[in-house]
Amino acid sequence: MNDSNVFADLAAETLNIVISIGSILPYLAGFIAIIIASQTIWHRVRKSVDAGDSFNSLKTVTFGDESTVVSNKSASVLSVLLIFVLWGAFTGSQLLPGFLHVPGPFLGDGQFTYTADDGAGQVDTASVNVVVFAAGEKAGKPKIEAGDGFAANDAIAIQVYRSKLLLWDKNDDHKRKTGASIVKVDGQAISKGNAVDVGFARVALTDKGTLNIVPHKGVQMESIYLPSPEKVWNSLVNISKDGYQNVTLGEHLGFSLWRVVMGFLIGALVGIPLGYAMGLSNWFRGWFDPVVEFMRPVPPLALIPLVIIWAGIGEEGKVVLLFLAALWIMAIAARSGVSGVRITKIHAAYSLGASKTQILRHVIIPNSLPEIFTGARVAMGVCWGTVVAAELVAAEKGIGKMIVAASKFQNTDIVIMGIILIGLIGFAIDVGIRLLEKYLVPWKGKG
Amino acid sequence: MADLHIDNVSMRFDLPGGGSVQALKNINLDIKSGQLLSVLGPSGCGKTTLLNIVAGFLAQTEGDIRLEGDVISGPGPERGMVFQQGALFEWMSVRKNVSFGPDMKGVPSAKSKPEVDRLLELVGLQEFKDKAVYELSGGMQQRVALARCLANDPDVILMDEPLGALDALTREKMQSLVLDLWKETGKTIILITHSVEEALLLGERLLVMAPRPGRVHKEYYLPFAELGVGADLREVKKHPDYNSTREEILSMIWEMEEEIMGRTEGEG
Repeated sequence: MNDSNVFADLAAETLNIVISIGSILPYLAGFIAIIIASQTIWHRVRKSVDAGDSFNSLKTVTFGDESTVVSNKSASVLSVLLIFVLWGAFTGSQLLPGFLHVPGPFLGDGQFTYTADDGAGQVDTASVNVVVFAAGEKAGKPKIEAGDGFAANDAIAIQVYRSKLLLWDKNDDHKRKTGASIVKVDGQAISKGNAVDVGFARVALTDKGTLNIVPHKGVQMESIYLPSPEKVWNSLVNISKDGYQNVTLGEHLGFSLWRVVMGFLIGALVGIPLGYAMGLSNWFRGWFDPVVEFMRPVPPLALIPLVIIWAGIGEEGKVVLLFLAALWIMAIAARSGVSGVRITKIHAAYSLGASKTQILRHVIIPNSLPEIFTGARVAMGVCWGTVVAAELVAAEKGIGKMIVAASKFQNTDIVIMGIILIGLIGFAIDVGIRLLEKYLVPWKGKG
Repeated sequence: MADLHIDNVSMRFDLPGGGSVQALKNINLDIKSGQLLSVLGPSGCGKTTLLNIVAGFLAQTEGDIRLEGDVISGPGPERGMVFQQGALFEWMSVRKNVSFGPDMKGVPSAKSKPEVDRLLELVGLQEFKDKAVYELSGGMQQRVALARCLANDPDVILMDEPLGALDALTREKMQSLVLDLWKETGKTIILITHSVEEALLLGERLLVMAPRPGRVHKEYYLPFAELGVGADLREVKKHPDYNSTREEILSMIWEMEEEIMGRTEGEG
């Protein structure tokens, strides 16, 4: 392939993306309209209950005043609620009242007629009984009388979200081979390659002359693409009881967390002293600067193949990877923590008679703690993301391994449950470090 | 007692782009024990450099400094420092900040406690001793810095614009406090300031420095500091000599600043 082909391909891909964005715009506009409408309603409701005057509510200039913009809790609740309502509506969730569901796929019995020509100008009409059954059910063909004329009535069973070809001439007196063909479906003229809507389905006449019956799918999502909220919840309940592929959920989560904690701790144990050395000595800074500055922008995910080659897919490999992910972040955080000490603090400590060791212990280390905590938050976030990615590539246990295994069996409910758990745990880690920081470093930002 | 001798001190350093700066030239000073010396001068006159050399944070290129006969070659606890701001340790309580010096010497806290309490009382912070320093106002933080310096019992206290970041009212109160502490402790104090009023009020001896190269331009011996001890500083300012001295020094510094500006424009 030459370069001009690459450019042409990329241009075509870009065009595709622009078209996709364009097709999403109306939905986006609708979503924004919902947000603004709910805001208007919320303001009306609030006014009617008189919320009192806070100082911020007395400010007349709020647009552009950052201090008046605080996250509105009601909006957050509504936003999350709307996500669940939309999720339920598009999956036909039992948790939602039926009138909130968007139109679902056709289920049950339907009937249409076709009119066949025997090739010699003689026509006869027969009816087709269709039963559309839910996935997992077993439905036999509905019974039907053959009826009169050369075209006999047909019956067919189709699973929901599927389509089926009807070989209508199989039981008829005149076959397609002998020149028979369909001229009308449900009384509407039809020709090869065209389709007719029969109320519950689209019926198309194929090039070979058979009928392709496509029952209406509605706009709900098929469970294999998006399971309903209760299905995801049930899979969480089942898997925490029985495990997945003979590994309990606790084991999956425990292994992932253990790798993150081990990798992070070793990374911090090496990275923080390295950062201190770089912050305190010209020689050490010069020695390690090229390494740190080069390794920092390398995404840990790019190291996965090399780590697998070197250390295999066992626990050592994972921990080495997470160690490398945390190391540079912690080293840089410790380095900037040391560089951030105000020189007056150091001077003051010296003129109060402190030795170098005492200054390190009582001034430099406490002064760098806020920076180190910030680094720890970033590092734990990166480690958590990296461990999931590494497990997707190769692992025996772990939350990432669980969702990639589930995806191979199209257990979308387990995949979604796993993603939600990954998000919640990542959030919990961040909140945990923030609380620890508040408790251990109350002076942060107050120097 | 501890006399400070500054003997023919000069300092010159090279600039990265070539050329060099003569920060200080031939400074000669004898500071008697218990003297309150204020140093004034336009920016760039080397007053902070001189203080840092006395503190031992910088090395002079010529001459030497002796405290009680010992040559100064680095920072030491016999020369306490009070900075403008930001030199307190936020991770320690007020009390821990004040007892930092004794703690570093390994003095058990039971032994240093009475002195720390006395100093906190002296600067009026007895009831704030267990607070975090970042909970205090700027003026209170400077009181902590003064108490912390005194807790180490230094021979000389070096102050680098200690009241520069305070508002006018707090500043006046703190000036009184500095005078009272000076009388109470009898310490030698060298105070750097850019406020002429402060230099007049807080200097029984006042040094006006001139820039390029940094040198002593004029010296005054003034009665105001002695008058101000335990008295209302606003009354001191009504002294007949106060205003005339202030005007004289102001115009002196004004001329120096004008000269710097003129020279810079001429160079440019």
